[in-house]
Amino acid sequence: MRVVVDFDLCESNAVCMGIAPEVFEVRDDDFLYVLQEEPDESLRPKIEEAVARCPKQAISIEG
Amino acid sequence: MERIVVVGASLAGLHAAEALRAGGFDGSLTIVGDERPLPYDRPPLSKQVLAGTQQLAEIVLRQSSTIDVNWERGVAATGLDLSNRELQLADSRSLGFDGIVIAVGAAPRRLPGTETYANVCELRTDEDVRRLRALVEAGARHVTVVGAGFIGCEVAATCRGLGLDVTIVEPLPAPLARVLGTEVGHVVAGLHVEHGVEVRLGIGVSSFEGEGEGEGEGEGSRCTGVRLSDGSLVETDVVVVGIGVIPNTGWLEGSGLTLDDGVVCDETTLAAPGVVAAGDVARWPNPTYGGELMRVEHWEHAINMGTHAARRLLAEARGEPGEPFAAVPWFWSDQYDRKLQLAGRVRPDDEVALVAGSYAERRFCVLYGREGRVTGVLAMNMPAKVVRYRRALADGVAWADALADAGA
Repeated sequence: MRVVVDFDLCESNAVCMGIAPEVFEVRDDDFLYVLQEEPDESLRPKIEEAVARCPKQAISIEG
Repeated sequence: MERIVVVGASLAGLHAAEALRAGGFDGSLTIVGDERPLPYDRPPLSKQVLAGTQQLAEIVLRQSSTIDVNWERGVAATGLDLSNRELQLADSRSLGFDGIVIAVGAAPRRLPGTETYANVCELRTDEDVRRLRALVEAGARHVTVVGAGFIGCEVAATCRGLGLDVTIVEPLPAPLARVLGTEVGHVVAGLHVEHGVEVRLGIGVSSFEGEGEGEGEGEGSRCTGVRLSDGSLVETDVVVVGIGVIPNTGWLEGSGLTLDDGVVCDETTLAAPGVVAAGDVARWPNPTYGGELMRVEHWEHAINMGTHAARRLLAEARGEPGEPFAAVPWFWSDQYDRKLQLAGRVRPDDEVALVAGSYAERRFCVLYGREGRVTGVLAMNMPAKVVRYRRALADGVAWADALADAGA
């Protein structure tokens, strides 16, 4: 599983960070950082939730 | 349960439908909506779509094309017969169902006396934005925004970006005062003034002046000015009214459902056997706030409640009790290059404490508190702060502890 963020769409709403802080972090510079691009399969439900709740539909999962 | 109908083809309804399929429902699933386009995302309407940088096709919600449902778009629901389990439609047909999700949203409140003016708009749908854009493209120079709520503030910001002159008229002493209180509201007012908006606060609209009444059959007349309660006149080309919304419950009168500023549900989102409600139209006792009946009009809430309501319906079909739906409201608003986010349930007279940044640089985080507890967190261009506090809000945080942690 690979987490892909379209940074042209991302507005740093930080919803993903609230759901999966292991994977997504919005830092004090207001930019989103993906901490693990290929996270463990056990995180899939959380990441799927982050995909569904991203206000900009900027996150997707490959594989 | 073999047939489920979702009434309302927007965020809550679409996510309910998705959760029904994800939850294993393989019967007949129909989504009914009064708008013709595939379900689309509404937040960009007052920003990118109004600005002309995004088109309807680009904001269609991705589930719209992937979900396995029967669509009934462009037709409104007009009645609900619970004893015969039938939904009546505006084209005189009716749909039978075993379970139903009510997610019909809300409609903009209108200002009496403006109905006949072709250049007075509300902003809720793609069609509304098309109309507003057409007025701008036809050469409008000045826009008057009545109501400095989120929609009004966003429309004002977008219109400034389009080079239009903008006047905001708001009867309260500050923009967003009902939601954020006056202290933070004044910061928002300053933001708009800095961007060249004429902000008229603490003043109401007394009447609309127009021309062409009775002329141009079908075109309606044109509003040329807004008369304010102090007697002054704002000459204008377009008026955008953003004074709140009313839940769409008219069609449910007499259905037997409890209607009181929305469809009243239990804490699990159930409104009657086999009937759940979600999104802007649903009012339920929120366990996070001691069972206070509330209706939440936010984007993320529609997703969460739609999903929850679908699971509730499936639980009922299996004869299982439903889970309560507990929620900490959260939303964002983009104005100019600023992003406002609020999590929690704030009242205008809550205590306010600035815990990071400064009002002057328009980058800050404030906490709201009442009776020794933190009630909400608001940030302008500090999204990470809101996320961190939001988690704590669900558990309940003492005001003194939160301020000590923040070093405030």
